Amino acid sequence: MSAFLDTVRGLLAGDAQADRVVPPTGFTAWLTLFSAGAMAFLAVFALALSLATSRLADRWGDALARSSTLRISAREGQVLAQTDAALQVLATTPGVASARALDADEQRALLEPWFGPDLPIETLPIPQLIEVVETAEGYDAVGLRLRLAAEVPGAVLDDHTRWRRPLVRAASRLRLLGWVSLVLIGGTVAAMITLAANAALSANAQVIGVLRLVGAQDGYIAQAFVRRFTLRALMGAAVGMVAGCLAVLLLPSTEVGGGFLTGLGFQGWHWLWPLMIPLLAALVAFLATRAAAQRTLRNMS
Amino acid sequence: MIDLENVAYSYGGAELLSDISLKLQPGSFHFLTGPSGAGKTTLLKLCYGALVPTAGYAKLFGRDVREFSRDDIAMARRRIGVVHQDCQFLNHLSVSDNIALPLTVSGRDTLDESANLHELTNWVGLTQRAGALPPELSGGERQRAALARAVIMSPDVVLADEPTGNVDWEMSQRLMRLLIELNRMGKTIMIATHDLALIRAAKTHVQARVLRISNRRLQLAGADL
Repeated sequence: MSAFLDTVRGLLAGDAQADRVVPPTGFTAWLTLFSAGAMAFLAVFALALSLATSRLADRWGDALARSSTLRISAREGQVLAQTDAALQVLATTPGVASARALDADEQRALLEPWFGPDLPIETLPIPQLIEVVETAEGYDAVGLRLRLAAEVPGAVLDDHTRWRRPLVRAASRLRLLGWVSLVLIGGTVAAMITLAANAALSANAQVIGVLRLVGAQDGYIAQAFVRRFTLRALMGAAVGMVAGCLAVLLLPSTEVGGGFLTGLGFQGWHWLWPLMIPLLAALVAFLATRAAAQRTLRNMS
Repeated sequence: MIDLENVAYSYGGAELLSDISLKLQPGSFHFLTGPSGAGKTTLLKLCYGALVPTAGYAKLFGRDVREFSRDDIAMARRRIGVVHQDCQFLNHLSVSDNIALPLTVSGRDTLDESANLHELTNWVGLTQRAGALPPELSGGERQRAALARAVIMSPDVVLADEPTGNVDWEMSQRLMRLLIELNRMGKTIMIATHDLALIRAAKTHVQARVLRISNRRLQLAGADL
């Protein structure tokens, strides 16, 4: 552990003389910068997806769990009476916080996406809808259905369970997908940097031979490579993260886009999450290069 | 200091050295000779821990090299200066930086050692070439730079593998004078060379033991040397 801390300390402090010992290696430098940048860019989107779907799942779960709809389908002239009867039943049902019948404008607004704004709702046999808001404890749906069947024969209770569960499950899966994507991106960064580090170590076999000849310890040699690759990954990922955040900012806003992807992005303090990406990329690069260097140096001895 | 006891070394099933016993005492001067491929470089590598014997014992500063970790070997190398025939420089660093490399890798500040570095560069006659890159040096300059690098840590032992292999006679003599001067400062010197004329010339200035590798074994050279 103390050796690890020493390595991290040395990494942060740097050593100008030691840094010059290993020659700059062109293509591995660009490979590391590019792959870290590209992966950080993708990681921003995966993170945004995870956080957005997390919010979506919570919102759907909360909003739909706390509300139900009662639909009154009755012959003309009986709708009003049955609506009053249903409201009476709901008012005396434990677990119901409030219940109210939607007015014509609200019902028209619900149908507007399908039929347009000028639907003559008064002339159509459209069922009356009652919005039911539950208390935190909720109501006994089975008991309420039995009471409604007895007192309001035209009422159908929809507590949203049927379609709420698949929606929440879908949002949770999307959230999981986002996190899995982040893990895969981290793994890909590690693989790319390991390849680049191995290439750099192989290309510098003669340099390593000279360093060993003059008394360099493995830790010194490894650190020269580890520091270089860690800083490159940090720099590349920082650029990729900034580009990713800008791209997220440029996504259509809620009002313009609407629909399922509404709110994809970061909100409030969630904007701090992307700052973790360059640090994680640097950590992944540090561990990957350190492992590659130790393995290579062991094989070279 | 460096002690080989009944050492054998095999590679790929072939025995390259057999039953070698050698003791390098402090302040001694040794020549190691023999035809090309006799095993001079292999023996030198056994002396600085680059190779581990397949039989017998190689002790560096009183410890068996088999007990050494890789870091122990690195620490031992700081006490043994090595000069290779091909010098082995870092071509992207200046001559001065290459000479200072042992200081750099041991974590010593080269700025603190700048006077020492300047004196050493001057001693090998490379003050004017200190800023040049190794590929810009002549063969003799490279060998002198390699010698300066080998001694900058003030090692106890200097091992040189064919240090005069790529230089003319005059430069050979100059290098030899530097090595003899080091020996007079108390350093233990062992030079592997197939150049018998060089050995004869050096023996007029220094009391040296001449060893020959023949048929994989080490023996004292004859009276002609």
